[in-house]
Amino acid sequence: MSAGQNDNELISKVLRGDHQAYAGLVNRYQNYVFTLTLRLVKNREEAEEVAQDVFIKAYKYLADFRGDSKFSTWLYTIVNNTCISFLRKKKLTIHSLDDERVFAKADNQDAGFRADGVEQKSRHVMVGEAISRLKPDDAMIITLFYKNEQSLEEIALVLGLEVNTAKVRLHRARARLKDLMETHYAHEVKDLN
Amino acid sequence: MNKEQQIEERLWEYIDGTATSEDRLRIDALLQSQAEWKDKYSELMEINQLLHSSDLEAPSLRFTKNVMEEITRLQIAPAAKSYINNKIIWGIGIFFITLMVAILGYGFSQMEWTSNGKSSFTDQLSKIDTSKFFNNDLINVFMMINVLLGLVLLDNYLSNKRNKFRKEA
Repeated sequence: MSAGQNDNELISKVLRGDHQAYAGLVNRYQNYVFTLTLRLVKNREEAEEVAQDVFIKAYKYLADFRGDSKFSTWLYTIVNNTCISFLRKKKLTIHSLDDERVFAKADNQDAGFRADGVEQKSRHVMVGEAISRLKPDDAMIITLFYKNEQSLEEIALVLGLEVNTAKVRLHRARARLKDLMETHYAHEVKDLN
Repeated sequence: MNKEQQIEERLWEYIDGTATSEDRLRIDALLQSQAEWKDKYSELMEINQLLHSSDLEAPSLRFTKNVMEEITRLQIAPAAKSYINNKIIWGIGIFFITLMVAILGYGFSQMEWTSNGKSSFTDQLSKIDTSKFFNNDLINVFMMINVLLGLVLLDNYLSNKRNKFRKEA
């Protein structure tokens, strides 16, 4: 239905009053938006609520999308702002590298996982888990770059940073992810080499 | 930053395609000749491939339906551009600048430029009689509003300039 239409065509249709065309945009971007919100909010139910809120806000302010960037970049800016507001309101305990308790809990989970004799986690699951253990900022930048196909310039726009700052942040986030994988998923990482 | 971190940073630039062509040539040569660089490159490429191939998360099946139900109750807001009249903002700005120039002009006209140097610039400034113009609270409030509007205009101008610079970059 909307598969053959590009984002701008769908947006024009919505702005002309064809509200159903918006479903095409939601279908196209729901997984990207949900992955981002989940990485930041860390809870599936809340992440889904925030993702819905993002699409509702994007619809409400669709007339403000001028097309000088990709629709996805504009949408991810809304994701970033909505998640920040949500986290501020909720004062969520942020899972970070500095949070000893989180890692103690995670280590126990990992130990239990192996002790149960369950098969090793798939590499994809391992990467997903490792990313969700990063600080929200790091998780966001890595997800934007690798999963949401955003260039450094676009990431800078989404996060309101200079391009060089975005580049440095991406380097640091990757370094932290690598450390995390080596520390907490040493078994799986060893199998990669 | 230690040597290993430096190698990693340069290799990430090489992998991401953000390294300059000169750097790429240098790194190509290092990858051919240095085992340390080659090993690190293989390690980072593994991570890079893993990150690229990791799956996206999917929300519940009702997700699109929920969003569409919510938006039926909403109206698309008019574009901010359509209700912010630039002429009004510029008008306020010009008024503010004119006011500032008039105040400064009046102030300078009150100074004794031919002074023999006995009274300093600050002494002369303190002699300027502004009480003729700013003699009640209403005028002071009006002036304060103008100052605020001037700052808003300046902020608007600088934001536009920054956005333009970002787009060009």
